[in-house]
Amino acid sequence: MTTQIEPTSPAVTPAAGPGVVELQNVTKWYGNVVAVNDITMSLGTGVTGLLGPNGAGKTTVLHMMAGFLAPSRGTLTIDGKPTWRNPGVYRDLGLVTEREAVHAFLTAEQFVLACAKMQKLPDPAGAARRALELVEMTDAAHRRIGTFSKGMRQRTRVAAALVHEPRVLLLDEPFNGMDPRQRMHMMELLHRLGDNGHTILFSSHILEEVEQVAGLVQVIVAGRLAASGDYRKIRRLMTNRPHVFAVRSSDDRRLAVALIGEKSVSGIEIESGGGLTVRASDYGSFTRALPRIALDQGIRLQKLVPSDESLESVFSYLLEA
Amino acid sequence: MSTVAMITARGLFGRRRALLLLPLPLLLVGLAAICRAYDLSPDQWGEAVIVGLGFAVVLPVIALIVGTGVLGSEVDDGTLVHILTKPLPRRDIIIAKYAVAVAATAVTTATPLFFVGLLAGSADLGAALAVAAVAGSFAYSALFVLLSLLTRRPVLLGLVYILVWEGLLGRFLSGTRVLSIEQYVITIAHKISPTPILDAEVGITTAVVMSAVFVVVCTIFAINRLGSFSLAGETS
Repeated sequence: MTTQIEPTSPAVTPAAGPGVVELQNVTKWYGNVVAVNDITMSLGTGVTGLLGPNGAGKTTVLHMMAGFLAPSRGTLTIDGKPTWRNPGVYRDLGLVTEREAVHAFLTAEQFVLACAKMQKLPDPAGAARRALELVEMTDAAHRRIGTFSKGMRQRTRVAAALVHEPRVLLLDEPFNGMDPRQRMHMMELLHRLGDNGHTILFSSHILEEVEQVAGLVQVIVAGRLAASGDYRKIRRLMTNRPHVFAVRSSDDRRLAVALIGEKSVSGIEIESGGGLTVRASDYGSFTRALPRIALDQGIRLQKLVPSDESLESVFSYLLEA
Repeated sequence: MSTVAMITARGLFGRRRALLLLPLPLLLVGLAAICRAYDLSPDQWGEAVIVGLGFAVVLPVIALIVGTGVLGSEVDDGTLVHILTKPLPRRDIIIAKYAVAVAATAVTTATPLFFVGLLAGSADLGAALAVAAVAGSFAYSALFVLLSLLTRRPVLLGLVYILVWEGLLGRFLSGTRVLSIEQYVITIAHKISPTPILDAEVGITTAVVMSAVFVVVCTIFAINRLGSFSLAGETS
């Protein structure tokens, strides 16, 4: 069986027109080890999750986007400008690395203010105050960063990366070390920034986080781009895997008998607690046929939920492909 | 003071390694004071204290601690990224860090050497040693800032330069003295205040020109290296 997801080209184009961040056939190798293999991707505004197992090349991609690694081949641009050996791109780019090192001898306010000054902002103090407010670090702003918890350090770093309101924000595992409340707040912040027209790309190995924050994903497996776009649409394009639906109706057994005659249905299970689990080979045909069959049989549909459209399912399917 | 220089200075003096800057100058002045207290002639102790300890150990070791501290520490702990992700010309970053390194090295070496010169002879000798130490601070700092960007073990490589190149080879192979900052420093001090304590092995023109070459070449190379600064990825 083969999947329709092309390994190196986006299955679903996330945004029309050229993206803010463009990678064209980007390859990176270290000696004879290929870390990133011929990746082409385009990121527009909004929040995109960068997914992949450990060692897949996510951090390498982020570092290349941020101008901290030269692609061995291919081109990588932000707003049409190359990022490698081009410090000017940092006017429009913010980076939060996975490594959480911060100048521990500075207070949060001094650190973010220093970043604002290095950005040569017209009102560095005002910008620093706004950035600290955004990440809810105002109360601890006068404390030395060395005394902070992991989550507080992370939020301070995000404030520093956001102080100049960059169009593009790259975050490597941004939720590391945050407690659930801080995590929720960070998710809301990323949502808000994405809605306000920023281009946000964040990597995470926790699928639930990506699912909650980003509809768009870039999946990297073994250095290659395995899939790109809205993960629900990616799932629907995987026609080689039956789609699984949870169905509940006024008469589950009669509906099961009627559905088994439908060409797009490949299997049905009657659940002990009520309801059906239906496997369909074609997403479109089944979702069109189901209401027609229910109507013909005089059965009332109470629930229809795709049960394998979670990011985790998509991700595991892609890894197996 | 630029923001980069402010962060660099606070980072340098805020770390424990700044305490390493104190013992050597104190030892230098202490030894000279003891010799003076025992009414020993400067001819008996001057060369050993000024050249053997001051120019051969105190000046290069302090320059090494400071020079690798202003940049190497930030490379090691990853905090350099916060400075590099700003739209600053890499030249400005290197010059700010270099300026902090030169200032810190010059103050912590020229001051004790001035007092040692005072104890060994006169204020003129003290001033000559201080000026030579400042010149040496410029050359050594440029070299050690560059080493921070060339290798992950800049302190080790710096010690090899100080102990093997200048200390060992410089004694036995006269040709190596042309690339020895220690020899430039001795020559500059001797030229300003001629004294039998200091034995200049290279000409003053060589000393001045080569010091300038060290400063310019190392700084340009460091700027270029910083422009290509890479962060390791998962696979590297």
